[in-house]
Amino acid sequence: MPIRTVMKANEAAAWAAKLAKPKVIAAFPITPSTLVPEKISEFVANGELDAEFIKVESEHSAISACVGASAAGVRTFTATASQGLALMHEVLFIAAGMRLPIVIAVGNRSLSAPINIWNDWQDSISERDTGWLQFYAENNQEALDLILIAFKVAEDERVLLPAMVGFDAFILTHTVEPVEIPDQEVVDEFLGEYEPKHAYLDPARPITQGTLAFPAHYMEARYTVWEANENAKKVIDEAFTEFEKKFGRKYQKVEEYRTDDADIIFVTMGSLAGTVKEYVDHLREKGLKVGAAKLTVYRPFPTEEVRELAKKAKVLALLEKNVTFSVGGALFQDFSRALVNLDERPKIVDFILGLGGRDVTFKNLDEALAIAQKALNGEEFDEVNWVGLRKEIL
Amino acid sequence: MAESPFKADIERVQKEYSEKMTPGAVATIPGSSVINKTGSWRVFMPEFNRDKCTRCFLCYIYCPEPAIYLDEESYPVFDYDYCKGCGICANECPVDAIVMVREVK
Repeated sequence: MPIRTVMKANEAAAWAAKLAKPKVIAAFPITPSTLVPEKISEFVANGELDAEFIKVESEHSAISACVGASAAGVRTFTATASQGLALMHEVLFIAAGMRLPIVIAVGNRSLSAPINIWNDWQDSISERDTGWLQFYAENNQEALDLILIAFKVAEDERVLLPAMVGFDAFILTHTVEPVEIPDQEVVDEFLGEYEPKHAYLDPARPITQGTLAFPAHYMEARYTVWEANENAKKVIDEAFTEFEKKFGRKYQKVEEYRTDDADIIFVTMGSLAGTVKEYVDHLREKGLKVGAAKLTVYRPFPTEEVRELAKKAKVLALLEKNVTFSVGGALFQDFSRALVNLDERPKIVDFILGLGGRDVTFKNLDEALAIAQKALNGEEFDEVNWVGLRKEIL
Repeated sequence: MAESPFKADIERVQKEYSEKMTPGAVATIPGSSVINKTGSWRVFMPEFNRDKCTRCFLCYIYCPEPAIYLDEESYPVFDYDYCKGCGICANECPVDAIVMVREVK
């Protein structure tokens, strides 16, 4: 029987790692994900998890150790956040290029400067071009489930890409919620053993990994990463279906909430989706035709699902905890790209909010709604809006 | 010129070497260094004077590639397919039997 208990998202991530039985975990503690390696080292020390826990001196070493371990042919896991993920940056490309299915739990936190330990998505969003798969959890249960799914998808032979699972700093990492810990046997059945065919060390089969590629081969090698990302779209759907069959919890790349007959659809990711669903209920009571959508999968970008979503709305209001300077949010760019060549497309309004852990309240969402309604009524509107900005101190 | 002692290796690798891209660009067959000729990197090439040579083997020992092998009479033979023109052989030769000259292609 699955155990129903209460825990923080950090613990849920550690439990997910324990259930997935990685052979190597290399991690460096960083707020707010410190508890993940702490808990895992406890599991290892207690003999509950048969794995090598490598204590490293930085995140750069953590991910490098993971690349080495994964290249040797074992399941590998690590956890990080913010500056730690930024420090891993150059190795993230290597992991994706070498097609090593490492999984990282990311406690989504803002980037410096100024130093701030609270939640936004700037850290993992900044790594969107590395080739890694990206999942975003709405609550602690999703943090656990998505890590299992991330392993499943990453290790699929059609994909073989590393994956990161983001869960919001403090809002999830340090908040206790009910979480169901699945049975080990069912997880074993779901994940199976990791048996790489492309990358493992064996003296009987000498290979070279991480080679130099001349201009004649580099482009093709990068294209295979592109192709794997495309393949992942289908594989993720399959994994979601199988997960639902085995564990009873349903996931979709783009989860819709009360979107039928909606004029305005709020689109967001992570824990903010919970707030937005509540807000949509509140507006529906007032008789406003609004809906919500949540991106569970951000990379590969669910273009098809986004196009389907776009058919249902007149205005897409994107709520983002990240910013690309002079452009807007990352979702704004991705949605614009996905819809630009369609004959009929909704207006897209971008909202940047909640940076550095600022609460996103109904009052903020009212502000966003007012601008989205302008767009709906054909009035002039700003494409990118900073919501809840304290203009009086500027 | 004597035959390259790597001839068999070269032929084996050329036969087995697949041009197909593997996941992660893994090189599955060792020995691609043998078929990927690196001599084109050269700017200076070693010019060998057989009359001056004392057959001390120093060039053969010091060649980092190794692009020098010995013929039946133990004279050095330069494999210009792999010689990168580093000049170490010329530097080590005690009797100046090797001089580096600019290669005109």
